[in-house]
Amino acid sequence: MNFAVLVFPGSNCDIDCYKAVEDTIGQPVDFIWHTATDLSKYDAIIVPGGFSYGDYLRCGAISRFAPVMNEVIKAAQAGKFVLGICNGFQILLESGLLPGAMLRNRSLKFRCHSSLLRVENNTTPFTVDYEAGEVIDIPIAHGEGNYYCDEETLARLHSNKQIVFRYAHENPNGSLDDIAGICNEHGNVVGMMPHPERAVHQLLGSEDGKRMFTSVLKVWRERHGATVNS
Amino acid sequence: MIKATVYVTVKQNVLDVQGSAVQGALHSLGFGEVNQVRIGKYLELKLDTSDKAEAEARVKTMCEKLLANTVIEDYRFELS
Repeated sequence: MNFAVLVFPGSNCDIDCYKAVEDTIGQPVDFIWHTATDLSKYDAIIVPGGFSYGDYLRCGAISRFAPVMNEVIKAAQAGKFVLGICNGFQILLESGLLPGAMLRNRSLKFRCHSSLLRVENNTTPFTVDYEAGEVIDIPIAHGEGNYYCDEETLARLHSNKQIVFRYAHENPNGSLDDIAGICNEHGNVVGMMPHPERAVHQLLGSEDGKRMFTSVLKVWRERHGATVNS
Repeated sequence: MIKATVYVTVKQNVLDVQGSAVQGALHSLGFGEVNQVRIGKYLELKLDTSDKAEAEARVKTMCEKLLANTVIEDYRFELS
């Protein structure tokens, strides 16, 4: 299974994502510069965190028009797996691959610490290895993670089970309905503010993020009839 | 040359957390009459055109596509 980790000017979690893929599931992974125009080789695309284009204008507003984003949209439409983390989530919102928008954290503070999430939907390709309702420990690091959408969109998120993660303990940013992560209607595009790639080993304080990577590999193998030797 | 002045603000029904913080600061400075503060962005665009109708249509598209996120923001602009 081939993974792409996108790199925009100002991305800073790209190496963490790359290493997380290597360390958790040992699959081939490449860094892809934002000017790339062909992602056909890749089965999963990770849009990493950071401050792409310096967060100028709005987080993700300019990255969303990078050449590679047309390819991400095509890949998403073709049912490939797309995971946007933190700034990557903001880019997916700006690009319209996921509904809603981000506001400044209600506290106006940049919050950087571990956070407890409840797995609300364990049927997406990125969450099948979790139990429904399981509480997991995944760190956050953001100043604009206050998810917002209109009531109609929120009702749709509920009825389609598009809320993937909620903050289980304290809501660190004031997001609507304690939302920490959502998916598109088909479930193949997931965006989340917390950083699973920073929680892949006990040495990092938690390994609860590991199963996002094992999940997507499992689903890809099932869909492609690939045998598992291990 | 036409100059477009674009104002982008957080929608009225969306909490403007920065605005609320500034309102609180103004209150603590004794400006109790401040009932609301909304913080937004101000952009100046110089356009290489003299066609006002065309500029109007194109600036509107710029606002919709990039300058404002209409999920959370309103925009208005003036041409001169």
